[in-house]
Amino acid sequence: MADNIKVTIDNITIDVAPGTTILEAARQIGGEVAPPTMCYYSKLKGSGGKCRTCLVEVSKGSEKDPRPMPKLVASCRTGVMDGMEVKSMTSDKVIDARKGVTEFLLLNHPLDCPVCDQAGECHLQDLSYENGSADTRFEFERRTFEPEDIGPNIQLHMNRCIMCFRCVFTADQLTNTREHGILDRGDHARISTCISKALDNEFIGNVIDVCPVGALTDKTFRFKNRVWFTKPVDAHRDCPTCSGKARLWMRGEEVFRVTARKDEWGEVEEWICNTCRFETKDAKDWVVEGPTKVNRHSVISQGHYAGKVGTAKQPVLIDKVIGKQPKLTFDIHSESEVNKPNIHLSQIEGPAHSDDFNTPG
Amino acid sequence: MKLLLENAHIEGIRYYEAYRKHGGYRSVEKALKMTPDEIVEEVKKSGLRGRGGAGFPTGMKWSFLAKPEGVPRHLVCNADESEPGTFKDRYLMEFLPHLLIEGLIVSSFALGSNATYIYIRGEYAWIPDILEQAIAEAKNNGWLGKNIQNSGFDCEIYVQRGGGAYICGEETALIESLEGKRGNPRIKPPFPAIAGLWMRPTVVNNVETLAAVVPIINMGGEEYGKLGVGRSTGTKLMSACGNLNKPGVYEIPFDLTVEEFIFSDEYCGGIPNGKRLKACIPGGSSVPILPTNLLLKDSKGEARQMNYESLSEGGFATGTMLGSGGFIVLDEDQCVVRHTMSLARFYNHESCGQCSPCREGTGWMYKILKNIEYGKGRKEDIDLLWDIQRRIEGNTICPLGDAAAWPVAAAIRHFRDEFEWHIDHAEEAQTRNFGLAHYADPLPVVTA
Ligand SMILES: Cc1cc2nc3c(=O)[nH]c(=O)nc-3n(C[C@H](O)[C@H](O)[C@H](O)COP(=O)(O)O)c2cc1C
Ligand code: SF4
Ligand code: SF4
Ligand code: FES
Repeated sequence: MADNIKVTIDNITIDVAPGTTILEAARQIGGEVAPPTMCYYSKLKGSGGKCRTCLVEVSKGSEKDPRPMPKLVASCRTGVMDGMEVKSMTSDKVIDARKGVTEFLLLNHPLDCPVCDQAGECHLQDLSYENGSADTRFEFERRTFEPEDIGPNIQLHMNRCIMCFRCVFTADQLTNTREHGILDRGDHARISTCISKALDNEFIGNVIDVCPVGALTDKTFRFKNRVWFTKPVDAHRDCPTCSGKARLWMRGEEVFRVTARKDEWGEVEEWICNTCRFETKDAKDWVVEGPTKVNRHSVISQGHYAGKVGTAKQPVLIDKVIGKQPKLTFDIHSESEVNKPNIHLSQIEGPAHSDDFNTPG
Repeated sequence: MKLLLENAHIEGIRYYEAYRKHGGYRSVEKALKMTPDEIVEEVKKSGLRGRGGAGFPTGMKWSFLAKPEGVPRHLVCNADESEPGTFKDRYLMEFLPHLLIEGLIVSSFALGSNATYIYIRGEYAWIPDILEQAIAEAKNNGWLGKNIQNSGFDCEIYVQRGGGAYICGEETALIESLEGKRGNPRIKPPFPAIAGLWMRPTVVNNVETLAAVVPIINMGGEEYGKLGVGRSTGTKLMSACGNLNKPGVYEIPFDLTVEEFIFSDEYCGGIPNGKRLKACIPGGSSVPILPTNLLLKDSKGEARQMNYESLSEGGFATGTMLGSGGFIVLDEDQCVVRHTMSLARFYNHESCGQCSPCREGTGWMYKILKNIEYGKGRKEDIDLLWDIQRRIEGNTICPLGDAAAWPVAAAIRHFRDEFEWHIDHAEEAQTRNFGLAHYADPLPVVTA
């Protein structure tokens, strides 16, 4: 194996294996140095490069060729070189580009979070919270589509789609039949199954989990509850099709939703099958392992589920990144009293009940 | 001196007999006696730069081609020519198809491509027939097929029609389309020279670039390199359109001044109806538009010439680019706002939609420009447009994003008062044009 190489991101130096991308290196450092990603998905071959939220500045190409790169580069698709120096949150150019991309992604996005099942765990919400502005400068009608059922369990709200292509890669790589693709081009392009052909494949439900926004949602959970009123627990069962390792979203004893388990970057750890996801909603069918630890820096983690937001390395980072602090590490409850539980949900044994949410602390 | 169009007007030159009689296929005879590396060396010496728009040195591109053992390599000819204002490749293919085929054979031999593809724009509906006829004639005469001219080299040329998308002119989108997939540009690296068509090493070159290989081999790279100015060597095909007395395709020497090209009778013959020149886009719709004063003289006050360096003198602040040679001329009656809107609509329509800045930004710019053009603009819109184009440029997967941003940026940079007038005089702007203001002659010389 070749020797590790050194890369410095936001003044923090780390050793990584050759062939690592800038993004993966940044994720190894952890915390907020890692650029936001809306299209890259480490488990999907060929993903990334499209949304441009992960742009970073390469201020030094490598030890051998120290010239800076002329343009910002997509960190998810750019490999590191020995001695490379990268600026992510310490570069004003990057912050500006990220603001731009956030604005572009929101242009045609209907701001229908109040009726969107993804709200609370939506990556676009997180991105906007972090990099967006309070007003829109877009004063035109947004493009609109009718919601469409694709298969018995999944609904497509094309209006909300940000064209990350993740679901297309998922359908392509997890299932044997390619029924899912893109029609048209430019801002009129859309995800399609070509004449709404049902996506009835045992693993197709995973497109819901990879979708960063509320464009693909679970019809069996539709409008049943807000994600922040349910408490996630990790559970498993004996499943003949998949690993059976899932996450149950419960309120009281009731299982409202089953999803795959996701890591700190919001990526699925192991794909689950449709039977686990859509048809196994009785708590008795599952062996509950315990409350989920949410350590993603996201709106979802604002004091509701996890003890600590962000990673352990964070205090070091704040001083290295020259006073630049991401908004998502602020405690939202210092600004808002909405749904403030009087106790961290992770400290409650077992599922949380309505009362836990209704008594502000 | 004409190198490409010299014989264009000879009766029957489209067919093999006349073409051969006038010296056709000599370069193949010469090339087959050389080694592939020697041909690449000649092209390097010639200083030929890609005629597809970017102007990348062709010899250098060829020498980057990976040559792994046992893996086929491909040459692909980019005949997608969809840039508004550009129609020189069409002319060449329509009237001198054998010149392209000849260039392709020599280049295929130099690069070791046994299967070479011409990817042609879908709207050029009648041209594939012309090319296929020429290919059949060449084959019948032993210039294509197995063991051509007993050299041991096999070469086939295939013509593939596109579906009519501008983006399929971008080389990696072209490759995807050629493979039968959706024409989305690939994310680079890897570059086509390493992994292109079917992940094999591939060179993509423009029609005119490949045709220019013929005179290079015939006269020698060094002689070819002596023509022209500085790093602009050889000759260039220009397709001139817009308000001109004689629009059309011209082969020009690189030391020709812009003024002579527009006004002399040998070339475009001036502006019709006694109108004055307002502005010009000299290299296809993607390159920055220049007002007359900056077009005819560079920032040092010297006459601008029709070559890569002179046109880009001064950077984007006062210069533009030679691009693909689509020369679009606007007279005093043309409205820059309307013109910019129409380009914005084009890029909005042609964006492949993969990356968010281009997909969303192009549509946004078009909508704002439409508002301004139709009397609904606001003062802030100009700065907003500037902000949008700035955040698209350089942040996208392929250069279409830049190509969409530059025309808007240049229009605002040089014609801001026309935009402001449009906004301030919304009603009047519906009935008359802004006109010339200070853009045209007599020329106030701008010093950067
Ligand atoms: C959006 C877009 C469209 C393009 N269209 C064409 C085209 O129609 N013809 C062409 O030769 N090159 C086109 N190009 C440039 C090609 O990507 C490529 O650079 C060129 O074919 C290389 O050939 P050359 O080195 O001979 O110029 C286009 C590039 C972009 C980004
Ligand atoms: S539906 Fe979701 S996963 Fe699919 S492209 Fe749109 S945003 Fe991405
Ligand atoms: S810049 Fe535009 S055309 Fe090019 S890949 Fe991105 S969306 Fe497609
Ligand atoms: S995450 Fe890198 S471009 Fe989308």
